Amino acid sequence: MRIAIIVAAATLTSPLSAQELRGPEFFESIADEGERSAALFTEMGEVLTHPRCVNCHPVTGGPTQGDDMRPHSPPVIRGEADFGAAAMNCNTCHSAENVDFTSAPGSIPGHEPWMLAPVSMGWQGVSLRGICEQIKDPGRNGGKTLEALWEHNAHDGLVGWGWDPGEGREPAPGSQEIFGELTRAWIDTGAVCPE
Amino acid sequence: MTQFIVNGQDVTLDIDPDTPLLWALRDDLHLTGTKFGCGVAQCGACTVMLNGMPRRSCVTPLSMVEGGEVTTIEGMTGPEIEAVKQAWVAIDVPQCGWCQSGQIMSATALLQQSATAPTDADIDAAMAGNVCRCATYVRIRAAIHDAARTLEL
Ligand code: FES
Ligand code: FES
Repeated sequence: MRIAIIVAAATLTSPLSAQELRGPEFFESIADEGERSAALFTEMGEVLTHPRCVNCHPVTGGPTQGDDMRPHSPPVIRGEADFGAAAMNCNTCHSAENVDFTSAPGSIPGHEPWMLAPVSMGWQGVSLRGICEQIKDPGRNGGKTLEALWEHNAHDGLVGWGWDPGEGREPAPGSQEIFGELTRAWIDTGAVCPE
Repeated sequence: MTQFIVNGQDVTLDIDPDTPLLWALRDDLHLTGTKFGCGVAQCGACTVMLNGMPRRSCVTPLSMVEGGEVTTIEGMTGPEIEAVKQAWVAIDVPQCGWCQSGQIMSATALLQQSATAPTDADIDAAMAGNVCRCATYVRIRAAIHDAARTLEL
């Protein structure tokens, strides 16, 4: 019991550190191009399934929050524009930047724009293969070609927020630069989805 | 220096631009109708209008309101706030009162943004971020319906 308590305390107080993300060069030794492509996507999955990303990619309803992906507090709904309810939209609290709390540790996250991914781009509880198929499908990815998807992953500001999530939140693994490189290499090897 | 408009008046404040708007309103401008409840966007007591939209002033640094227009409970005008005020008094909504200016700001914003009478679900969604430790929720909901009737929504 005492050990369990000590471990829990250590987890709570350990400094947040960015997880690793392996770049495309790590996968060069995989001879088969299709296998390499699938392995590249699996590595991209470290980012795609990270709570910083998935919290705002719910399959329905409202967002979740925190590394344990608990329901958003206060309770919020998706709303017609993926932007919350009348008189209680995302910008009632979130703004164009992360804002440190003045009276407590931590911060409220923000970026312009700040909104939920549409239902068609919901990832919560979806397998990595399912996410892969969805992300490639212009019918579900906001009409994006693979080139546009690369541009989005490599340069979109709201995607980039995942690595700059504000005080009190662990960033997504690696960097947006590596994520963009992985996306490029995955597309260039045929954009194969993992099994 | 931060320049903005509060309740129709030009205001210039020479304080740290990271200062939350709530602090500036209460401590520097002495507009104490807006309350502090949590400071972390969890209770809604600090709700004001920023450029016509409800906004939690405890997580709004002054730098963000530069050139903007802030309206606090003291400066609210228009048919919606009048209908809300009337309904609040008629139903005797407040208990201790601490959360009430925030509740009234959110309720008024909801009515301003509603083309038709808000349903219970609309009210619950709009008011979900306004916490009342005295649990006046049932009266708040009834009062919003009442105000919507006054406004003939
Ligand atoms: S004081 Fe701002 S939401 Fe509680
Ligand atoms: S009336 Fe007391 S907190 Fe709401």
